[in-house]
Amino acid sequence: MLELDETLDDSGETRRDFFTRIGVGACAVAAVGSGVLTLDYLEPKVLFEPSTTFVAGSPRDFTDGVVRFNREKKAYVIGGPTGVYALSAVCTHLGCITRFKSDERVIACPCHGSRFDLDGGVVHGPAPRPLPWLDVAEDANGNLVVDTGIVIPRGKVFRP
Amino acid sequence: MTAFEWARNTSVYRSIIRHGVLPTNRNRSLIIFENLFLHVHPVKVRERSLRFTHTYWLGGITLASTLILVATGVLLMFYYHPSVPQAYRDMKELQYVVDDGVFLRNLHRWAAHLMVIAAFLHLLRVFYHRAYRPPRQFNWVVGVVLLIVTLLLSYTGYLLPWDQLAFWGVSVGTNMAREAPLIGERMRFFLLGGNVVSENALLRFYVLHCVVLPVALLLLVSVHIWRVRKDGGVQGPPEEGARRRAQGADRDVAETPSAPRPLRPAP
Repeated sequence: MLELDETLDDSGETRRDFFTRIGVGACAVAAVGSGVLTLDYLEPKVLFEPSTTFVAGSPRDFTDGVVRFNREKKAYVIGGPTGVYALSAVCTHLGCITRFKSDERVIACPCHGSRFDLDGGVVHGPAPRPLPWLDVAEDANGNLVVDTGIVIPRGKVFRP
Repeated sequence: MTAFEWARNTSVYRSIIRHGVLPTNRNRSLIIFENLFLHVHPVKVRERSLRFTHTYWLGGITLASTLILVATGVLLMFYYHPSVPQAYRDMKELQYVVDDGVFLRNLHRWAAHLMVIAAFLHLLRVFYHRAYRPPRQFNWVVGVVLLIVTLLLSYTGYLLPWDQLAFWGVSVGTNMAREAPLIGERMRFFLLGGNVVSENALLRFYVLHCVVLPVALLLLVSVHIWRVRKDGGVQGPPEEGARRRAQGADRDVAETPSAPRPLRPAP
């Protein structure tokens, strides 16, 4: 009668060790997989958030120095010397809504005192970054359309 | 025979508490040992560890406020819908319409404040009494995690009234999360369930506040209190132990079942 030898090869691993490894491996794959699936599940795929675009009016309204604030979409539309551009009104510090002070020609945050110039640059902290420039386009009626969801490079002025 | 004694001898009571009413130390110990809820607590505590100046009762105050928060929180949930704008209306309804609603809501709020303050002072107390040292170092870590869970509970509860304070509190807080390197933006998106503080964010904070974090708290508190027993009971001011040893009066510690023991036998 053959002597029962559990060792399958020279590595010294028994059949039991082998199946244990397979089992533990399968459990690990399942654990990682369910973790990934859970994270994926928690990420919303369709968002019912308000539209990020608004119609700002005719480009002719925005002569040099005109600043208009859209309260609902939290953005400024500003007439510059060469064209029109839009700035986010959300403070880059902690997300409060800034306000344009027409007497000082400055954008100021009521929460922690940050101040920005009309190009969005930080004049006074604690804001760490300038206000982002937002995408400005023209619709079929020739009106300006601002998209607060699209940030464009600073200084890219819209010329009608 | 009093009614109390009669009740303790009924078959129903004896089926729940098997060890009867024999007033021996062994029997009293067994009653504690064999009860799921009581066994996290030591069978015997030294009289001086119950003195107010020993621990300032801060852990107990934290636990008591937690129990108040669970009780009042569950009652508030019966009237609260985590949706916009119903959440704000429900909060107002609790304030002005529901019987005792304003009492329960305010009790929940004050207990929450007390829990944070007491947990914070409890950590300070443990630190200054050097009670974080071995063999209690793991329980210190559990305590720090518990403080974080407490703060997260406070913060997630802050959004639920859905008023201006809540909205801006969470706007600012999640913008802080956004500043975390690499994962900040994703983390904010997952927390809010979107890009703005909206109904998704309210629902997520509600589930975190009412299910995920309380369950985590319950598990960790159980471990925490059970480890206090396992690590040798509460440690008061370190000077006290030194003074008692100097007077040779520390013998009662060795006789107490919950006396501090090294985790491994000394070599």
